[in-house]
Amino acid sequence: MTATVGRQAQAAARANDVWKVYGSGEAQVIALRGVSAEFERGRFTAIMGPSGSGKSTLMHCLAGLDSVTRGTVMIGDTTVTGLNDSGLTKLRRDKVGFIFQQFNLLPTLTAQENILLPLSIAGRKADPAWYDTVIDTVGLRERLGHRPAQLSGGQQQRVACARALVARPEVIFADEPTGNLDSRSGAEVLNFLRNSVREHGQTIVMVTHDPTAAAYADRVVFLADGQIVSELIEPTADTVLDTMKKLDAPVEVGN
Amino acid sequence: MLRATLKSLLARKLRLLLSGLAVVLGVMFVSGAFVLTDTLGRSFDAVFADAYAEVDVNVAAKPKVELSETEGEQVAAPVPASLVERVKAVPGAADVQGVVAADGARLIGANGKVVTSFGPPQLGENWLGESDLVKLREGREPRADDEIVVNAALAKAANVKVGDRVGVLTLAPKKEFTLVGVFGYSGGRDSVGGANEVAFTTGVAQQLMLGKPDVFSNISARAADGTTPEALRDEVSRAVGGGYDVKTGEQLADDASAGLKEGLSFFNKILLGFAAVALLVGTFLILNTFSIIVAQRTRELALMRAIGASGRQVIGSVVLEAVAVGLIASVLGLAAGIGVGALLAYLFGKLAGGLSLAGLGVPPAAVIGAFAVGLVITVVAALLPALRAARIPPIAAMQDVATPDRPLTKVTVGGAVVTTIGAVLLFLGLSGNAGGNTLATILGGVLFAFIGVALLTPVISRPVVALLGAIFSWSVPGKLGRLNSGRNPRRTAITAAALMVGIALVTGVTVILDSAKGSISALAEDTIKAELVISGSASGPRPPSFDPAVLDKTAAIPGVQLVDGEYGDMATVGGERTWVAASSNVAALERIFGAKATAGDISRLAPDQMLLSSDTAKARNLSVGSTVPVQLSRGEARTYTVSGIYESSQLTNPVVLPPQAAADFAIPQPIQGFVQLAPGTSVGAVQPQVERLLADSPEVSVADRAAFIKQQTSQLDTPLRMIQILLALAIVIAVLGIINTLALSVLERTRELGLLRAIGLRRAQTMRMITVEAVVISIFGALLGVVVGTGLGAAVVRALKDEGITDLVLPWGQMVTFLVLAAIIGVVAAVLPAIRAARINVLGAIAHD
Repeated sequence: MTATVGRQAQAAARANDVWKVYGSGEAQVIALRGVSAEFERGRFTAIMGPSGSGKSTLMHCLAGLDSVTRGTVMIGDTTVTGLNDSGLTKLRRDKVGFIFQQFNLLPTLTAQENILLPLSIAGRKADPAWYDTVIDTVGLRERLGHRPAQLSGGQQQRVACARALVARPEVIFADEPTGNLDSRSGAEVLNFLRNSVREHGQTIVMVTHDPTAAAYADRVVFLADGQIVSELIEPTADTVLDTMKKLDAPVEVGN
Repeated sequence: MLRATLKSLLARKLRLLLSGLAVVLGVMFVSGAFVLTDTLGRSFDAVFADAYAEVDVNVAAKPKVELSETEGEQVAAPVPASLVERVKAVPGAADVQGVVAADGARLIGANGKVVTSFGPPQLGENWLGESDLVKLREGREPRADDEIVVNAALAKAANVKVGDRVGVLTLAPKKEFTLVGVFGYSGGRDSVGGANEVAFTTGVAQQLMLGKPDVFSNISARAADGTTPEALRDEVSRAVGGGYDVKTGEQLADDASAGLKEGLSFFNKILLGFAAVALLVGTFLILNTFSIIVAQRTRELALMRAIGASGRQVIGSVVLEAVAVGLIASVLGLAAGIGVGALLAYLFGKLAGGLSLAGLGVPPAAVIGAFAVGLVITVVAALLPALRAARIPPIAAMQDVATPDRPLTKVTVGGAVVTTIGAVLLFLGLSGNAGGNTLATILGGVLFAFIGVALLTPVISRPVVALLGAIFSWSVPGKLGRLNSGRNPRRTAITAAALMVGIALVTGVTVILDSAKGSISALAEDTIKAELVISGSASGPRPPSFDPAVLDKTAAIPGVQLVDGEYGDMATVGGERTWVAASSNVAALERIFGAKATAGDISRLAPDQMLLSSDTAKARNLSVGSTVPVQLSRGEARTYTVSGIYESSQLTNPVVLPPQAAADFAIPQPIQGFVQLAPGTSVGAVQPQVERLLADSPEVSVADRAAFIKQQTSQLDTPLRMIQILLALAIVIAVLGIINTLALSVLERTRELGLLRAIGLRRAQTMRMITVEAVVISIFGALLGVVVGTGLGAAVVRALKDEGITDLVLPWGQMVTFLVLAAIIGVVAAVLPAIRAARINVLGAIAHD
């Protein structure tokens, strides 16, 4: 099944018949089996699926972190497949942002320095107006001089979000961004992500296995056994949960 | 990016500093060497400028045999007294004086021992009166032939005062004089450049220091007002004609200073050699530290890559860290080097008898050398880890990518290749097939061998560490420690390799010197057929000598069968500089030294005949009947006829001249005496009698053969000890390396250590586990070092077979000592990391991210 673009918006990221095979012979594992998907610009998409469904692999392939065995991946008008290291570096620098489950802030830098790190790596200056907007949106203005160790988990993840946003990438990939947070901090972060999509037109692709988190997205794509099996537009926690239950059943029987 | 790098550098300053310490030590040696030579060099300049301040023009004869600084003391040819009148007649010349000044006036101190010098000359001279420079401090000038004055430094060293009767050894045996005065120099100095001076009346000085009357060492003159020294020099030069060196005082000071500086550059090279060793070991250390740091920062570096850093930027950030460490280490090393240089210069000045130092100098070479060496070494060592860092995939930021145990095949093949290159270079160098670059080839071979073995170490470490660890495996902590030391073969290997270099060098040098000692004593035992030997040990460049009359008197002692006095000199033989010997009793060649004639007759020698060793004869293409011109240190050249050729051995001289020739030697006195007793004579009965005969020759003593051989071979002990001490530094650096590696490993395993503690491992057990790991690594390093060092030493010994080092002597005792020492090093190195590991907070460690 192919997940298609619902509206007439241009895709920010696109996978076309992507296969990913690890190992060979008896140890061979097929993580993705011909996945095709488009992620529209200015929308918040969640990728869901049970453990081992290939959702993280799909995200890694979309972001150019992992190579695909077959098929093509595009970000905006750039074909990711086949890019060499410097091409991939340029892609990450200019078009892609990341938010990790483990926050991954540099412990030696202050919050502000962490937020500005991608820009300083690229040798660019931050747009001051946009920088102020981002800081105010994440509500961290008082904490900019703190080190990560002096911040709570939720605050750290908001710093990580600000870091991803400040460079205005084509698409932000978030890998279980609330996995390490309590439900209140998680809700804050998810609200913040949704707002950045609604108010600033940011594109976000989020991998999660939490139906509540997925409900913040505009659209949910379901993966099972390396294939896209279902899709929800304007999901709620209940509809997501229902779909998940349906997905789990046949997979368990199959096992 | 720059800020991120610098901040992360600051966060890890302690461990980087620890690894930088090796560079600090290396840089210290480099800059210390330059500071020392510069300070001493300028001090010498000042000394000689001062010493020749009162001389505008100097006339000297060309030496009969020109020697370089390392070949020995050059003897200046005398100028005839008549030349003084000719110089006086030159218009513009004032204050013309005939000067006697020659090395070799040895004063016997109040304790009956000769005052020795480690380098500065012991001048015997004629008293020229007081001047702006020279001032009598006590007493008066020498008037009678048995009166002398000495400089204050010598009076102090000898503990003698005005009015004492003192003995002086010169070209002639001991003579007694009355000390009538003590002189010093302007500015309250006791000596110029540490020289000891004895001033006689002119006639006595000529006879005792130059060997004949009416000659001078040189003639000095001052330029009268209105004449420049240069103009006077040209005038004098014209007046005295060719055959003489006429120089201005300034030229003379420059020449004298240049000669000493040549000797200093040797010192410089030794220090730079040790710097190289320290830096080689330091390179391993830095490589290891950066590898571990990169491994620990995998996630951080992957994050950098994920948010857009290029591989080049990651390399840049690691290299930048290296640059910062290198810079700091260079600054510290330079400071330490200036300190060490100053200290050595001070010690040198003391040793040289009060050389007044001309202020501490830090030449540009010291600064440039320090920074170049410090930076280059650190950056080169960090390059490999930096390249590895650039290969970290960005995806490692998202998941715990288990770093796969990379196969050791590549590094093993590489190690084998590099080791082979090292072996080939060593073979070429040692077999003398390297053309003109023998030393460079051998050093290159050693370097390649070390790097090659270091690359092979991971492979070797597996079985060896398993075996070593088996000893400790009886307890759980021991077993864990062993498994830990085997778990990262590369890290264990590099740490051990650093220790290996130091221990291999010490072992290698010991093998070579012990073999040399063993071979020489074996040869001497077998061949020298003399029960008693008269000799002394030299404290400076000049060998001790004794009164030749002792030889005849010894021959008259009942029970003495044969007595031989050996003289030696550097001479020009057939146009080439050669060491020549003269023997008071030529028969000794066969009867004491067991030489065998290969041609002609070697049992006797007429005054115009000479004997050659077979090697010399072959090299010069000479045979019995050939005539050879010989120029000795004194006198005119003479032609000798080869009357016999003997088989070369380690103990034979290249050329033997008749005893009459010894009168023209630089030291016309025997430097060694060999006494053969008739069968059945007791050594104990004869020895005290010879001892009594030597009462007036305090530089030498008589010993039985075993004691003599021991004394001769023990001359090798001092350099051996010095090399060992300096190389011990390499071992100290390696210890730092072990501490560093362990500390980083403990940090890396915080979580694991916490877990072990959580499931019941006691503090003491934790410490034991870390200690076992350290001991296993250091014993492994020492074992490698002993094996590699023995191999290198044995290779050199084999190559020197033709030079007479025939026996391979392995220092088993030392090797065991090294292994025991390594175990102790391991325990010591483990102390801090073990304490740190034991203090880990269990809960915190498990929660540790």
